[in-house]
Amino acid sequence: MTATTLDHPKAAIPTVFTQDELGWNAWLDPVPEEALTERQKEGLVDIARAKSPYFRLLAHDPDILRARTLADKDIFYNTRAGLPRAERELAAAAVSRSNGCIYCASVHARFATTHSKRRDDVQRLLDEGVGVDIDPLWNAVIEASVALTATPIAFDKSHVAKLRRLGLDDLAIADLIHAASFFNWANRLMLSLGEPEIR
Amino acid sequence: MTDHATPDILDRLAGVSVGSTLDVVRHERPETRRNVQASYDALFETGDEAEVTATERHAVAAFVALLHDADGPAANHYLQLLEQRPDADGLVGVLRSQAKRAATAGPYGAYPSGPLSRENLAGPIFSTEPSDRAVLGERLSAALDHVHLLVFHLRDAQAPHLALLQQAGWNTAAIVTLSQIVAFLSFQIRAAQGLRVLGS
Repeated sequence: MTATTLDHPKAAIPTVFTQDELGWNAWLDPVPEEALTERQKEGLVDIARAKSPYFRLLAHDPDILRARTLADKDIFYNTRAGLPRAERELAAAAVSRSNGCIYCASVHARFATTHSKRRDDVQRLLDEGVGVDIDPLWNAVIEASVALTATPIAFDKSHVAKLRRLGLDDLAIADLIHAASFFNWANRLMLSLGEPEIR
Repeated sequence: MTDHATPDILDRLAGVSVGSTLDVVRHERPETRRNVQASYDALFETGDEAEVTATERHAVAAFVALLHDADGPAANHYLQLLEQRPDADGLVGVLRSQAKRAATAGPYGAYPSGPLSRENLAGPIFSTEPSDRAVLGERLSAALDHVHLLVFHLRDAQAPHLALLQQAGWNTAAIVTLSQIVAFLSFQIRAAQGLRVLGS
């Protein structure tokens, strides 16, 4: 294991927000695929993630990786009642747009498009930024996500009131809070442990 | 299994009382509830102290919380845990004074040079004061500088920031744990405050 950071001099860094598939290169040594311990494999949850340098880097601390991954999956994939998947992905994309995580934004903008079938509206969030005017519900989801992303946190009763007027119940709003908060976790790892690459 | 009568750490930080609407809502998502708690446990209860000590974990968490809201429930929680550490002499006072110096508003920072450069937003770069480095030590001083970067201007993060941590004694596994602590706290504080607002 080296005590220096890793360079990727040939990698082309994306300079715009995009829905294209991007690569990601680590600045520290990921655990080599063949060296993963049983505990580290458990941390990955889904063994297909052993192909990803991001998850193999996080596998250096497998217990928090496992809990993080299981929380992530439930926050986004458990759509029994509450907020529809498309709006959860929209929240993730809006947080990533606000923090400036081009990689995370690309993944979750794609998912928002898949689940909403509104590729052009999603692209407008990426192109115009979080001040974009799309429609009342999407505007409110983006506003609430951005307010939760600010430090100090700017989310207040006015955001909740607006979401309720648009028909969201408490479970849906709690789902939105979890999705937006979770991307403040994900963005910090993605942005600080490596960098995206145009494929 | 989840015990309905026992509030977890997120309940405590969000002010969720047993039987309230918010309590019911949180129990609608038992898998999320269980794994958010498991994340906290992995970082603060059962984490391997060989790489990152309990005092370092609590000091870093307290600093993240202080930068979000110096008087908030998360800052109180992690400062209290830190005070109970036998080797935390003087740390709480130094963290409080450094957090006051470090306080600003985020997210800001620069994009890779190109069309997004017009959205670049300049802001302060924080460095712990030399006079406090004696109390903090080299490792923790470097960690606090990194915390400020990750809390307020995460899009400025580059490989040389990790090199600074390496020079201060943080190896790869320790840097991963440190990053997870800052990132998890950024989630936990937002989830707690969001739920608190929703329930009020």
